[in-house]
Amino acid sequence: MAELLNVNDINVYYGAIHAIKGVSFHVDEGEIVTLIGANGAGKSTTLHTVSGLLHSKTGSISFEGKNIAGVPAHKLVEHGLAHVPEGRRIFLQMTVEENLEMGAFTQPNANTPASLERVYEQFPRLKERQRQIAGTLSGGEQQMLAMGRALMSKPKLLMLDEPSMGLAPILVEQIFDIIRQLHQAGTTILLVEQNAQMALSVADRAYVLETGKITLSGTGDELIHSDEVRKAYLGG
Amino acid sequence: MKNLKPHTRRNLITFIGLAVVWIVVTVLRGQGVLGRSASGLLVPICCYVVMALSLNLTVGIMGELSLGHAGFMGIGAFTGIIVSQSLMRAVPSVPLRLIAAMLVGAVFAGIFGFLIGIPVLRLRGDYLAIVTLAFGEIIKELITCLLVGVDEHGLHIIFNYKGLKGVEDLHLSETGQVIIKGAQGATGTQPIATFNAGMILIFLTLFIILNVIYSRTGRAIMAIRDNRIAAESVGIEITRHKMIAFVMSAAMAGAAGALYGLNYSNLVAAKFDFNTSILVLVFVVLGGLGNMRGSIIAAVLLYVLPEALRSMHDYRMLIYAVVLIAVMLATNSPIAQSFFARFRFGRKGGDEE
Repeated sequence: MAELLNVNDINVYYGAIHAIKGVSFHVDEGEIVTLIGANGAGKSTTLHTVSGLLHSKTGSISFEGKNIAGVPAHKLVEHGLAHVPEGRRIFLQMTVEENLEMGAFTQPNANTPASLERVYEQFPRLKERQRQIAGTLSGGEQQMLAMGRALMSKPKLLMLDEPSMGLAPILVEQIFDIIRQLHQAGTTILLVEQNAQMALSVADRAYVLETGKITLSGTGDELIHSDEVRKAYLGG
Repeated sequence: MKNLKPHTRRNLITFIGLAVVWIVVTVLRGQGVLGRSASGLLVPICCYVVMALSLNLTVGIMGELSLGHAGFMGIGAFTGIIVSQSLMRAVPSVPLRLIAAMLVGAVFAGIFGFLIGIPVLRLRGDYLAIVTLAFGEIIKELITCLLVGVDEHGLHIIFNYKGLKGVEDLHLSETGQVIIKGAQGATGTQPIATFNAGMILIFLTLFIILNVIYSRTGRAIMAIRDNRIAAESVGIEITRHKMIAFVMSAAMAGAAGALYGLNYSNLVAAKFDFNTSILVLVFVVLGGLGNMRGSIIAAVLLYVLPEALRSMHDYRMLIYAVVLIAVMLATNSPIAQSFFARFRFGRKGGDEE
């Protein structure tokens, strides 16, 4: 499989704090890759660096072989990188459909109806709530909306930042079912999660981040059975 | 009208209402019902309506508090005066000169809006408000330093920042005329502003703003206001869209300023101070953030009120304050809201704007 995203030796600082210390990983086309780790391990920082919200002082980030380090965040969407930010950041005052339309901001208007159709097929719940104001959706529905909105830009790589955060266990199951479905439909996904169990169960490959460094990597199955991961994240 | 979108119908009602007011006021003036003092208020009211509309674009639609809006009005006023006075011989037609003055006023205010926007739009919230306040004051002080005159050789401009130079340093010829005398402001301006020009400007401003709001650009601007990170994640360029809103807002304030400046034969830059910025902000907040119709109504009522109370001397600002508080209390009370809701038609599930 072709390599879609390659992150090589990035170092990110928040002022004097060295948050990411030489992280390297890659995502191949059609894969689900997950970055897991505890609070403050640098998962979101890594994702923000890939999506251009933060910048690395060293190393390189390439997408489809093109260097994208230093490209501003809004331009990356046009390249086919969609970022679903942490905490279900949707446009609360717009309707569900308007939120989705915003997702197609970088696309020609003519494509919007077809994209809407596709997203509604993947998220039937959103179709039911088409005209509803997004702020009145439940947490799980808001997460679906954020994911649906990202899919409107027809991304080659979908980056999800903690989609399970703050959701009830049954909704977490639902969200991960959707992630599986998206994967089966051919979307490449980079998933950042604290919920290691769930993340590893869907992932093809996984990386474990600890205080800004990758300490372990392997297939999802390998890691879910690894003693270190079990002790640290899965409760023995 | 039934098959129009709700917001289109709402905006149509606003336009029709404005047209009715225009006709009624014109008829009243023709009949001589409006006194001199009331007629004198018409142009300033139009100017402040445009100011409120344009500030609503920054505060209501873009969602950033700007406290220096009067500065742009000042730029528009003085460039407008310079244009009108210096074209006096070349363009005898008053309407043409007024249009030229407003256009140039808008362009200059827009340019300043762009220059100020470069540093200011990197900030957010309170910081942005403080810096716009400072720029508003800086603009006012800069205008106070200007000495401008015109003669057959063209414009003579001195930037009198040390305050040592006088009108005679402009070296005007015999037929020359001084337009701006530093701190004394513009004197001897030919007042050419008319109520009709004011109404046309309101129509134009409202038309432009409403078109922007419902355009792709407007959606992007409001998306940034609602959620910056989400907006960036769908590929909206934050700085560019904020700049569009800010420059448009400044340019419209410039046009309003030009009209305002050409309504008086004497005008000092001190008029465009912090108090004027706050006055306009009060119109916007009371009319409702993002609600253009509300801005118009609030600007008219709150501008007329202190004038109508002029006979009460010392108490008028007291009453003004009490009315402001009463309006805020009334519009926030659930009882009053449900009462007013009966008069709203064609609106379900939240306000469109």
